[in-house]
Amino acid sequence: MADEQRNIAEPAKAALWRRPAVRSMFFQILLVAGIGYFGYTIFQNTLSNLEQRGISTGFGFLDQEAGFGILMTLIPFDETHTYGRTFLVGLLNTLLVAGLGIFFATIIGFLMGVARLSRNWIISKLATIYIETFRNIPLLLQILFWYFAVLRPLPGPRQSIILNDTFFLSNRGLYMPSPIYEQGFWLVMLALGIAIIASILIARWARKRQEDTGQQFHSGIAAIGLIVGLPAVAFLIMGMPLSWDFPVLQRFNMAGGMVIIPELAALLVALSIYTGAFIAEAVRSGILAVSHGQTEAAHALGLRPGPTLRLVIIPQALRVIIPQLTSQYLNLTKNSSLATAIGYPDLVAVFAGTTLNQTGQAVEVIAMTMAVYLAISLSISMFMNWYNKRIQLVER
Amino acid sequence: MSVHTPHPDLPPPANIVGVVGWSRANLFSSPLHTLLSLFALYLVYLIVPPIINWVFIDSTWVGDTREACATTTGACWVFVKVRFNQFMYGFFPQAEYWRINLAFLLLIALAIPLFIKSFQHKGKLAAFILIFYPIITFQLFSGGHFGLSHVETSKWGGLSLTLILAGVGIVASLPLGIVLALGRRSNMPIVKSVCVVFIEFWRGVPLITVLFMSSVMLPLFLPEGTNFDKLLRAMIGIALFQSAYMAEVVRGGLAAIPKGQYEAAEALGLSFWKSMGLIILPQALKLVIPGIVNTFIALFKDTTLVLIIGLFDLLAIIQQAFADPDWLGFSIEGYVFAASIFWIFCFSMSRYSMALEKKLHTGHTR
Amino acid sequence: MSETDNASTQSQATGEVTIELRGVHKWYGQFHVLKDINLQVTRGERIVICGPSGSGKSTMIRCINRLEEHQQGQIIVDGTELTDDVKHIDQVRKEVGMVFQHFNLFPHLTVLENCCLAPIWVRKMPRREAEAAAMRYLEKVKIPEQAKKYPGQLSGGQQQRVAIARSLCMNPNVMLFDEPTSALDPEMIKEVLDTMIELAESGMTMLCVTHEMGFAKTVADRVIFMDGGEIIEENEPNEFFNNPQSDRTQLFLSQILQH
Repeated sequence: MADEQRNIAEPAKAALWRRPAVRSMFFQILLVAGIGYFGYTIFQNTLSNLEQRGISTGFGFLDQEAGFGILMTLIPFDETHTYGRTFLVGLLNTLLVAGLGIFFATIIGFLMGVARLSRNWIISKLATIYIETFRNIPLLLQILFWYFAVLRPLPGPRQSIILNDTFFLSNRGLYMPSPIYEQGFWLVMLALGIAIIASILIARWARKRQEDTGQQFHSGIAAIGLIVGLPAVAFLIMGMPLSWDFPVLQRFNMAGGMVIIPELAALLVALSIYTGAFIAEAVRSGILAVSHGQTEAAHALGLRPGPTLRLVIIPQALRVIIPQLTSQYLNLTKNSSLATAIGYPDLVAVFAGTTLNQTGQAVEVIAMTMAVYLAISLSISMFMNWYNKRIQLVER
Repeated sequence: MSVHTPHPDLPPPANIVGVVGWSRANLFSSPLHTLLSLFALYLVYLIVPPIINWVFIDSTWVGDTREACATTTGACWVFVKVRFNQFMYGFFPQAEYWRINLAFLLLIALAIPLFIKSFQHKGKLAAFILIFYPIITFQLFSGGHFGLSHVETSKWGGLSLTLILAGVGIVASLPLGIVLALGRRSNMPIVKSVCVVFIEFWRGVPLITVLFMSSVMLPLFLPEGTNFDKLLRAMIGIALFQSAYMAEVVRGGLAAIPKGQYEAAEALGLSFWKSMGLIILPQALKLVIPGIVNTFIALFKDTTLVLIIGLFDLLAIIQQAFADPDWLGFSIEGYVFAASIFWIFCFSMSRYSMALEKKLHTGHTR
Repeated sequence: MSETDNASTQSQATGEVTIELRGVHKWYGQFHVLKDINLQVTRGERIVICGPSGSGKSTMIRCINRLEEHQQGQIIVDGTELTDDVKHIDQVRKEVGMVFQHFNLFPHLTVLENCCLAPIWVRKMPRREAEAAAMRYLEKVKIPEQAKKYPGQLSGGQQQRVAIARSLCMNPNVMLFDEPTSALDPEMIKEVLDTMIELAESGMTMLCVTHEMGFAKTVADRVIFMDGGEIIEENEPNEFFNNPQSDRTQLFLSQILQH
């Protein structure tokens, strides 16, 4: 009886282990302890395993001489350079193929995505076939196909497929002329810089003029004219300070010019075509997400198809496309690690491959490799969160 | 009052229907479209006939040796035919092929009722397939009991290995993915952050580094002397990697369940696990089947990566068949064969998931 | 054609023909949607078009600004015939405003930007002027305070009023309304109808596809009944509602007036 009266005065205290807060605290402490124990065990096991195998630990190996060569490097590298530099070489090669791949995949993807929606039956069917074919075949298979079935069986340098005595395609890669910048070329670059700044100023001026007078000025066309024209004029005035180093066929191999090695070419073609198919789907879904009513409303207001696309459709479609696009870019970057299957010296092939095998320091090497990809992913997803917040349509 | 007699329907003018109207609207609606259509038709003319010639008309189908293809200009399907068993079963002993066949027939037999509308116990059957079928299959593949001879995992290969890897990836990642998804939605800060870190870590790294990790680092993590199978290590890597993606799919499903369902479950006095198990998860999982199928497609394609760590899945076994000195130079045939198998699986699954998505969207309005 | 003044609003129809449809036919594939449509609309006239769904009434007014193509016959708006010629289409669309059932406001632009878009890009109006004009029209539809908001932040009735203001910003001679109140909650229908009545009183030429018979009775100079792709009956509202000529019209009226 007395107990019941006390209950009215203040809520009964449940037994400690029945309170949700206590339970969740207990559970979380348990989790932390579990993870801690798990980590500790792994750490101990790894240490003793490494000791037993006579593998050293720590990042000291980064300063040691690597002693192996790399097929393709963007920065000077030879056997005498360090393991640390192999990391850098691999990273740069990864970034190169990812950057080029993103460029080509975007072009292919946008073209095909728009083509799939075309009113033209045959164009739209061809785009559909492209998308459905390449999306549903494993990327690795495509990479191997381009490398082993297409590029490697090409004839040797002496029987190169020659285009106009400038491009030579053989099983050593695609040779093409490389530019040589002579004295005075800086002026052309300067002109380009000026043209870009001038274009921005013109765009601002055109906007202001429109606000004041209503007259419109095609700042886009003017900008293209400036950016192409001004450097061209500077180029002519300076007496064409650019020449080309043409590749030349020598007794066994090519000399001069620059080359896209078959490993890079195969990887690039496969990545662009594969990711392009996914980007095309993103583009299509983005455009379809804008209701037909939007087009009709713009047309009813008298807007022509061009401005309708530019002012009404594209800004809305991009909200759907850009998040998907970035995740495809991220996929492409991660997928570029398949390079290792055909020997293109990317980060995984060089660092997590050769360097790991030579040093045996698996933990450090894999951790560094994963950290690179994680850093790229996290920074891109941070950008995405920021972007999504910024563009979210305001609703009630 | 006048009685209205409807105007009779007139046939449309000839130029808007029929072949003429159709091609005017779909191929030649403007000069630009006409140009594009002609260009595309030319492209088709350039590409399609040579492919058809290579695949069907000029190709060789009969024979058992390389010599059968000596004079062909088209594809040499004899290569695929001779190696077909290996492409399907890997290095499994020929006498034991029936075990693999039995496992897959069993799966098909078990799966059929799932597609029958009137079948009542879909959930139970699905649970049976997810839990017990893998055990049965493992016994069949590995043997060593019930009078079946033991077959080492190094002999597993070909398409059957590809299917096993993908199947294990999905089955193992589903429970882990559900736990992670629930954890990510949890109110407990530590649980939530552990799950977020876990999910984002696996989603942030390429599968190939995960496979490297599982094949190189896993042995280092374990106590001295424990050494386990290469295939199992790859499976662990794939399952962990896949669980992060699965978690995100399940999370999408959990988020799509209306708040009222959570509240109703709570109002009935169900505990957290009961309300999840009985009310929320059955609905959420049904909702995310298309998403699961899509991750399965991605996983199915990704299994080819095990080639890099030296397992012989379908792609790897075809790849190594090129190295046979008797059959040098037939890589295109091999790749085309592998590509068509992968394509058939992936394309049909993607169509299935699209159809399912449509059905769920019309059936489930909130 | 009879043109009787309506009791509540003063018609300003002048007799000058602005829109003319002569023997218009349209097909969707094999389906004959518009059958021999003949219609003349004079300046300042207010016309309400009604009929069961699928009768072709929306299609007809959508042909007037060429959102749909007709395949036979002539459509002439303000002396410009609608053909394949893009110039003619532009000319007509500049002069004809349209309000849709689902508003079709641009969700990524503010209310003010929605209103200024066409004046700036089609009429080449300076932005300041366009904004000032837009504010005037927003005041007219009584929502100037929402100018900086996005469409998604407004109620359905407010959105439809913005859509009306957006069309008015182009200073059109003719306004087409395609079931402007069908997607609205009952309590919002009145605010939109009031705006439309006000617009009618200002002398705008209007063609409205609507089921709001009250609106037809108060505002319309003429009611047109369509069924099966043809115009079955047209008359001034009193006659139309009290003394329908055709059996189809009678049936339709008995169905909608029951509710």
